[in-house]
Amino acid sequence: MFRNNYDGDTVTFSPTGRLFQVEYALEAIKQGSATVGLRSEKYVVLVALKRNADELSSYQKKIIKCDEHMGLSLAGLAPDARVLSNYLRQQCNYSQLVYNRNLSLVKAGHLLSDKAQKNTQSYGGRPYGVGLLLAGYDNSGAHLLEFQPSGNTLELYGAAIGARSQGAKTYLERVMEEYLKIETADELIKHGVEALKHSLKDDTLSTKNLSIAVVGEDMPFTLYDGEDVIPYL
Amino acid sequence: MNHDPFSWGRPSDVQYGAYDTKIANASSNAYPSMNTQQPIITGTSVVSMKYNNGVIIAADGMGSYGSLLRFSNVNRLFVVGNSTVVGISGDISDMQYIERLLEDMEIENNYDNAYAESSEALLPSYVFEYLTSLMYQRRSKMDPLWNAIIVAGVEDGKQFLKYVDLKGVRYSSPSLATGFGAHMAIPLMRKLVDNDEDVKQIDLETAKKAILDCMKVLFYRDARSSRSFSLAVIDRDSGVDLQKLEVENMTWSFAKDIKGYGTQKV
Repeated sequence: MFRNNYDGDTVTFSPTGRLFQVEYALEAIKQGSATVGLRSEKYVVLVALKRNADELSSYQKKIIKCDEHMGLSLAGLAPDARVLSNYLRQQCNYSQLVYNRNLSLVKAGHLLSDKAQKNTQSYGGRPYGVGLLLAGYDNSGAHLLEFQPSGNTLELYGAAIGARSQGAKTYLERVMEEYLKIETADELIKHGVEALKHSLKDDTLSTKNLSIAVVGEDMPFTLYDGEDVIPYL
Repeated sequence: MNHDPFSWGRPSDVQYGAYDTKIANASSNAYPSMNTQQPIITGTSVVSMKYNNGVIIAADGMGSYGSLLRFSNVNRLFVVGNSTVVGISGDISDMQYIERLLEDMEIENNYDNAYAESSEALLPSYVFEYLTSLMYQRRSKMDPLWNAIIVAGVEDGKQFLKYVDLKGVRYSSPSLATGFGAHMAIPLMRKLVDNDEDVKQIDLETAKKAILDCMKVLFYRDARSSRSFSLAVIDRDSGVDLQKLEVENMTWSFAKDIKGYGTQKV
């Protein structure tokens, strides 16, 4: 009784027009640890909270560089993020080799969307179980994109995905006017770290679990991990 | 380049055995498939130079079938996007194939691209890199596109002028020309722009006059050239201007005084 008959695969619509498998995939993002992205006119910052399985293990990497001008952070299934970031690396590389051109963020977003969308309309497959925050600086300036496995890609001023990300989102909404005008990367990072703090429950930020990345005008995509994040703690 | 394999430098016969003449005398009957061996309908020189506010490029309208001047109205300058002109010499069928690829490239750039008319528009360097990859890939398949190409344009407020040919060889210079132009137009243009510093002193009027002079000299001395030609100006401020012109102010009156080949007086 009351069993859901419409969530067996991605090719089945429910009577109300929903794709349950896709919605379950979106749930997988909420299981992942939080990551925050925000941008000013000149820079984009990604801040991520890394998690470890137990005290003996390392912390799962959350931020991946795709090209000199582009990178992403993830929440959800890490293997799916590897597949998608590898695809983006290829596309960046292709654009660079064939056209001597940096792949634009808008184009990268569309490419990811199209790739994810294919997985939601054929039998046998599954949607990607990962959400991505895409950061980059291209010919049209700084961009921050949020990718969802449903195929939605949105361009935003600030975004947060993952467990308890609502806290960070609320903070970013509150101080948006402030960080949009920021001129230096360091200032923007501080806002990012502050936002991430609003997503914490038990743990505190440390050199082990904090990961930061910046990209912007005259600044290639750079990742700060371990000791390098001390100034921002 | 001499395309006769017998005149290429070879390892000694003593060392490697005699050259297999079947290779040079290959026909489509003897081999299952064969790629382009020579150009058929050809376009002659493309000439181009930088000036202080942009670039000028010109090419005549002749499509020759060997020594027969078969087609007299062939356009060999192609506008790509709003800051690039591609000038092509060599085989006309290969040129038309490249023309189509350039059109496809513009269509593809518009796809999923909200900034296609502004910050993500096609730039000369993109077009050139694409053509360079294409030419080198085709020569590596032993199936070259039999052309020499000049890409002219303006990018980031700076002049862009580069050359690529059927072998994938590429280079850049304040003045560039293909074919006969490389022998006769470049010496004339280099009187004005010998290096990048000189470009600043040359205004549009001076540069245009130099290009017109080059086209005139080429019409005098290149047996595969025509009187009518296209000229494109890519200006930093006013963009691309493509015009049709004719060689004018030629000097032929001296010809009546030339008689015989030596001793003849009448």
